[in-house]
Amino acid sequence: MMNVYVCIGSSCHQKSSYSIMKELKSLIDENGLEDKVSLNSAFCLGHCAEGVTMKIDEDIITGVGLGNIEDVFRNRILKVIR
Amino acid sequence: MTYFDNNVQQLKYEVLSEVGKLAFENELTPEKLMGVANTVIPDGNPRMRCCIYKERAIVNERVKMALGGNAKNPNVVEVLEIACDECPVDGIQVTQACRGCIAHRCMNACPRQAITVVDRHAVIDKTKCVECGRCVEACSYSAIIKQRRPCVNACKADALTIDKETKKAKIKEEKCISCGACVYRCPFGAIMDKSFITKAIRMLVESRNNEVYKVYAIVAPAFASQYPNIPQITTEKVVTAIKKLGFHSVIEAALGADMVAYSEADELVEKGFLTSSCCPAFVRYIKKNYPDLVENISHNPSPMMQMAKVIKELDPYSKVVFFGPCIAKKAEAHQEDVSQYVDCVLTFEEMQALFNAKGIDLVSMEETPLDNASYFGRIFARSGGLTEAVAEALKEKDIPKEEFDCNPLVCNGLSECRTALLKAGKGKLAENFIEGMACDGGCIGGPACLNHSTKDRTFVDNYGKKAVERTIGDAISIFENESKQ
Repeated sequence: MMNVYVCIGSSCHQKSSYSIMKELKSLIDENGLEDKVSLNSAFCLGHCAEGVTMKIDEDIITGVGLGNIEDVFRNRILKVIR
Repeated sequence: MTYFDNNVQQLKYEVLSEVGKLAFENELTPEKLMGVANTVIPDGNPRMRCCIYKERAIVNERVKMALGGNAKNPNVVEVLEIACDECPVDGIQVTQACRGCIAHRCMNACPRQAITVVDRHAVIDKTKCVECGRCVEACSYSAIIKQRRPCVNACKADALTIDKETKKAKIKEEKCISCGACVYRCPFGAIMDKSFITKAIRMLVESRNNEVYKVYAIVAPAFASQYPNIPQITTEKVVTAIKKLGFHSVIEAALGADMVAYSEADELVEKGFLTSSCCPAFVRYIKKNYPDLVENISHNPSPMMQMAKVIKELDPYSKVVFFGPCIAKKAEAHQEDVSQYVDCVLTFEEMQALFNAKGIDLVSMEETPLDNASYFGRIFARSGGLTEAVAEALKEKDIPKEEFDCNPLVCNGLSECRTALLKAGKGKLAENFIEGMACDGGCIGGPACLNHSTKDRTFVDNYGKKAVERTIGDAISIFENESKQ
């Protein structure tokens, strides 16, 4: 099970982390990965100035935005699972 | 700079600050604690009372409260007997302002013929007087007054009495709901809430900068109205200050309120009649006085408990501290179902004292954003907010009026709550939802607010409008989008 965390702290929220989370959920569902990927929220993963911050298992990823979330999904989640 | 609107809070703040300083430096020794009184009341002229020795003795009582008060007394509110000024209980009295007029409106107003005029001065026969107050209203010089002890007057739960022998204020534990109205109103600060600042500080210190475990701060939505007269202090600066105390993250209780609004709407539709459960004093009031109505109390957790639960589920090793305007929340956090999520409750008074203890200057802080909730969660802080949020929740859930037509009653302050509950008990209440707030104005009128101003409601609403999320659904969508465990 891959554990994916999206920061929902105030700073990341203001950088659209709620929408990013929604987008990720859609991508996971569209690709039938509900049983392989666990999507969770987290309060403050640090790196607030470089938000939105995400964590995939033990790796921290910064600079996530609505503009690159699809790429992040493809490269860091889809490719790794498949 | 003064944050408070009265000197009692100022004095409490100074004592809490001194104890806080010692706690942060790990110097809570008997010797240092005994020195607090001399720091707060230095040699010289007394600040407020007859002499500095009495003032120091009272400060020592406050220090005991700052350390958690009397452990054998389960109430979070205690009377500091030596601070009680034994205010007179003489009731209705004719003052020197009486001019011995010809009209004698007082005499004529009295339904019990208790007033006579002797030597051109009105005299009340106390054996006949029933304290109805008609003479008070009638006198053109306002020369007749009704003297009430401020504590007794403040308590709408009928929980304050006077010891007949000592004349000291006494709390009737079977009636007390720990709302703290008496704490705020006593002009001598003789009633005080127990403080758990040393527990909070220990949690922060032992977390070792959030390495061992993370310490989260949940702030009540009344947060937005704490500094209305100091515009240089923005909520964002206060958030930075809280983090400087050592907290990992600051989160709005208002997000918990958003969640509660949705579940309240669901429960209302299911049960048809509910009384709100976010004000712990209101809940206690029902439990102590209207046992037949207990089944109608919403089963939903309060926003504080809801938010704490979310945090503990996300981070099971975390410690959660709540900051609010409320004294009753301290009692709520002692309940078994709540204490598993909320580790400590502090008030805004105590928060300000902690800033002082650590030498944190609010004005010079940088800004850290605080934005988790929607407008609807944020307005829980003022009377009518919860009702607006529940109405919005019903709307967002597309519940038609045919299925459930919400007919709410907003009870602002405990007296209004009492009137509504009396009616409900007799089956004569037309409304199907009671929003009960024990404090006047709602939480913004809480006893541990830094100030109590008519501007507070506007501040809360304006802060609400600044929220990124426009609907409750959007604010809580993150929890919908999470994978189910």
